Amino acid sequence: MDRVKNSEGRKVEGRLEASSTGTVERAGPERESLVRAAEAMDDGRPALKVDGLTKRFPRPEGKRHGFWRRRPRFAALAAVTFAVERGEIFGLIGMNGSGKSTLIRIVSTLLVPDEGQVKVFGVDVEGEPARVRELINRVAVDAAFFKVLSGSENLRYAARLYGLAPRVARERYDGLLTRIGFDPKRLGDQVKSLSRGERQKVAATRALMSAPALLLLDEPTTGLDPRSKREVQRVIREMRDEAGTTVLLTTHDMEEAERLCDRVGILHEGRIVTIGTPAELGERAGGRSRTLEDAFLKFTGAEWLGEENGG
Amino acid sequence: MSIKVRALREIWCSIGFAERNFMLVKRYAGWEAVFLTYTIVSALTIGLIGVATGDQRLVLYLVVGAVLWGYLSILFHEVSECIAWERWEGTLEYTFMAPVKRFTQLMGNALYAITYGLGRAGVQLLVCALFFGISLAGANFLAAAVVLVISSLPFLGLGLACAVLPLLSRERGSQATHIFQALILLVSGVYYDVSVLPAWLRPFSVVSPATYTLRAMRAAVLDGVGVAALGKELLILVLSGVVLIPLGFACFVLGERWAKRTGKLKIEG
Repeated sequence: MDRVKNSEGRKVEGRLEASSTGTVERAGPERESLVRAAEAMDDGRPALKVDGLTKRFPRPEGKRHGFWRRRPRFAALAAVTFAVERGEIFGLIGMNGSGKSTLIRIVSTLLVPDEGQVKVFGVDVEGEPARVRELINRVAVDAAFFKVLSGSENLRYAARLYGLAPRVARERYDGLLTRIGFDPKRLGDQVKSLSRGERQKVAATRALMSAPALLLLDEPTTGLDPRSKREVQRVIREMRDEAGTTVLLTTHDMEEAERLCDRVGILHEGRIVTIGTPAELGERAGGRSRTLEDAFLKFTGAEWLGEENGG
Repeated sequence: MSIKVRALREIWCSIGFAERNFMLVKRYAGWEAVFLTYTIVSALTIGLIGVATGDQRLVLYLVVGAVLWGYLSILFHEVSECIAWERWEGTLEYTFMAPVKRFTQLMGNALYAITYGLGRAGVQLLVCALFFGISLAGANFLAAAVVLVISSLPFLGLGLACAVLPLLSRERGSQATHIFQALILLVSGVYYDVSVLPAWLRPFSVVSPATYTLRAMRAAVLDGVGVAALGKELLILVLSGVVLIPLGFACFVLGERWAKRTGKLKIEG
């Protein structure tokens, strides 16, 4: 397995291989992009820096003014600022429509910010999206696949996009699928015949196969049974511990956030309302016995509404 | 990254798109058989119009039109619909997030379209030749091959320009592409000489690359005209390609930038 030490002395597994002299060795198209990824990981800057990020969208409804329909805009994200350190698992929790997925899309270079700046290992997502794409991968809440192709065909296609040789890709995804608890016999089946849990496992494998420096997980375990959920969570933690992968995780599952995340930010109506470790947020919610869920309810105003309604 | 490594990486990815599309063709084998049957039968019925007149040259004239249009329309359709297809599958965001140049993605789809289109056109031509007992003894195959290759360029350019339309408008983009394709069919003289078009339509035939492609191909196949004698048509096709490919790609890049600003990539379906 390919390994190189990152700045914190952890072994970075998967994307790189280092000789005894510490130089990165790999023939073919992968090599130079991997060297760049390694440099990005070693320069001391935070893995992710979000500074004053604002994104507005037009509301679906609008008033017609003659020929034109004028649509007022709303801020999906409003001056969001936070940083994620290297090797950290950072959770973002928030209600539906709070802006979590918009944030992930901006980091993924799929959306352009209106204001503010996002940097991945010091690389600006708007200025140099191609370099950012070398450093990231993402698992979305609804894993996107060519559903009539098999799991292995989808993985082979993904390997091509990330410049992985078929043999290397095969070794990686075989290993990952075993660790993640996916039945290898089902890999030849069309994705449309897989359960939601199995699809999410293949999606997680696809993302991890490229050994991203920053892994973006947008509700990756939604719809998984408890065992599958634990298996995916274990692999995420192992990737961080063994490979130094930084993880930005959005979730509705408070237990998952408490179990996995070093720090958690609560996003409410497009703004970060508080950031801290799960324990710190519990304390801010009113005491040591308070949970992350209590903090979530407090900071999103749901607790107050519940009491008001007699709930 | 050195130019050589970058080029290798992009070629590698480009093949990945073509390979993926062929895997999809394999999965939809039943529908592929249906489409192939339909296009072959369509060419045969058109060729029979020539048989009815007793003019063997007209049969070949019509068959060349049907087969060549089959190829050009596949080329245009596959490139212009590659984004719509990914949107329909729901994989558009995944592909756009991958470290792949957009030009590589589009060229990968073009590579697939050319090989797939040639394969289908070859089968169509073979069946027509057997069905009608067409003799191609007088045809200049080298000239025909050159015309086929060069005519691909402007159609790739047109396909690239239209590929962005589904990003701008999910359904209307695809609809506009089909209408555009139909208009090219009308004005380019696929089954008739463009001189029979109403006067107000004839200017459109002048700007359609298909007009020159059909004229050159018929000259090569029916009259055995060589490459040198087709210089004017080939030059027009090359120039069209040189203009339309960068223009089409520029349209695509602008459309993608707009879609990323407005959040249009997100929409699936």
